[in-house]
Amino acid sequence: MSVITAGTRDSGVVTWRNLMNVRRQPDLLLGATLQPIMFVLLFAFVFGNSIGDDPGAYREFLMGGIFAQTVAFNSAYTTIGMAADLEKGVIDRFRSLPMSRAAVLIGRTTSDLVVSALGLLVMSVCGLLVGWRIRGSVLDAVFGYGVLLLFSFAVSWVGAWVGMVSGSVQVAQSAGFIWMFPVTFISSAFVSASSMPGPLKAFAEWNPVTAVADAARELFGNKRAGVLGQSDAWPAQHSVLYATLSCVVLLVVFTPIAVAKYRKVASK
Amino acid sequence: MPPPASSIAVRAEALVKTFGSTRALDGVDLEIPAGTVLGLLGPNGAGKTTTVRILTTLLRPDSGRAFVAGHDVIADPDAVRRSIGLSGQYAAVDEHLTGYENLYMVGRLYGKNRTDATARARELLSRFRLQDAADRPAKTYSGGMRRRLDLAGALVAEPAVVVLDEPTTGLDPRGRLDTWEVIGELVADGATVLLTTQYLEEADQLANTILVIDHGKVIASGTADQLKGQVGGERLEIVVGEPAELAAVSRVLAEVGSDEPTTDEQHRRVQVKVDTGPKALVEALRRLDQESVAVLDVALHRPTLDDVFLSLTGHAAEDEPEVETEGKRKGRKAKSR
Repeated sequence: MSVITAGTRDSGVVTWRNLMNVRRQPDLLLGATLQPIMFVLLFAFVFGNSIGDDPGAYREFLMGGIFAQTVAFNSAYTTIGMAADLEKGVIDRFRSLPMSRAAVLIGRTTSDLVVSALGLLVMSVCGLLVGWRIRGSVLDAVFGYGVLLLFSFAVSWVGAWVGMVSGSVQVAQSAGFIWMFPVTFISSAFVSASSMPGPLKAFAEWNPVTAVADAARELFGNKRAGVLGQSDAWPAQHSVLYATLSCVVLLVVFTPIAVAKYRKVASK
Repeated sequence: MPPPASSIAVRAEALVKTFGSTRALDGVDLEIPAGTVLGLLGPNGAGKTTTVRILTTLLRPDSGRAFVAGHDVIADPDAVRRSIGLSGQYAAVDEHLTGYENLYMVGRLYGKNRTDATARARELLSRFRLQDAADRPAKTYSGGMRRRLDLAGALVAEPAVVVLDEPTTGLDPRGRLDTWEVIGELVADGATVLLTTQYLEEADQLANTILVIDHGKVIASGTADQLKGQVGGERLEIVVGEPAELAAVSRVLAEVGSDEPTTDEQHRRVQVKVDTGPKALVEALRRLDQESVAVLDVALHRPTLDDVFLSLTGHAAEDEPEVETEGKRKGRKAKSR
């Protein structure tokens, strides 16, 4: 059997195992779906009525941001999952088997991608209920979800690396979330980057979360989102391209780092 | 050096591994003939787990070489992985998967197709008496059941060499007996087994050959009988009811024994090494009777591996001042000597 066939089969087996784990722990799934619902409702009704003059316009603006933030936050599941497998000795068993080395990581990031997709579905329904609509073409909407899932997958690899660096589930539980807060909040996910002070503004403008949120808004046709003031930075002008590029860069950088770390981490 | 002959299933030569300033392995050699069980015996931190991790390709040695089933662990780790089954110190069972799903997954990862993986999983479940619990998540299993499942996982691919790293650590006595039985069957089927343990009794029960390891070095090897022979002789033990009589017992045992008797006042017990076995026992009892010493208990026993360990290392196997990980000493009876 070729290396690729074996690798695909092994990754599939690990993905199946991870998804069974999610299925048997409903609280995990609840977290992954309830949290975004909560964010939609809180931001839509608490912030929506105080930011800008038009709550409806803010909700349109908000959804792209919540989508981007939620898939980014889902990487914490990858972080915690990797750390838990390491701690329990599951990785040792995997490493003693004649299986593809990358399969544990690919299986982990793939199963978390499935969880993200589910989260996106739940959020979309919730968004529709608070007045958000897809106003563009079907093809654009498909691309919109595509960019979000690509971003989810890319950040998941970062999360896998963070999980292996953490060393224990306890550390992973905070490490998995802590870097998410600046990354998702210093962005245009919830407010316009143009209203931020200098350095934060620069960070926000070039932050991939901003680009992914803006790309989702653009591809879902949420044009009214512009009411909050559009940045004229290059990433804002080319959000779909920049979002895609950021994901590719994240993957190119973090896939090898994570695989290398995986080889090393269990050899202690 | 050519690869080892086929009758040698595992061979390690001069393995060295350091972690920071700690020399975890300081030149370990070992050889396991096919179809036999090698017991790697030593206290916590002696280097047992490091040896296992090197032989199972989880860790690279700093120097030295090792072959498992004829494959070099450094040059050809994949071939080694296809030839071994590892059951770890902490049962690496996925607690949210059922027993069946755990074994099915391992089978698939060994490269079996769905049909074969399913058949093998069911077969092992019934062999390890887990068929009734097969479709329950493993988190509902007792400690002994989990360990059996983990052992079953090591056997999925019918490996040439089975590596069991402290298979009964943390189990209650019942789980331990259970696990011994399973390992015994494995051995009867002709598997080559590398077994690490810190329980002397366990090595005595299960292993053909025992390697005693301490501070990263092999300090003795041989069969349990050979090791006991190194200590030599049998020990005669007399327990009396009154502490005042200990002196008389000690005097009598000094006459019949071949070394200085040791007195344990707390348990009112005197021990001595004897060369003439039952004769010495009879003689000691006759003299004690003459002196009207009331003997509560008398025993003549061959040296245990505890005695072996004590005489080899100068410290008892179970008195290592180590920080214990969770559950390590559960179910272990405190021994005084």
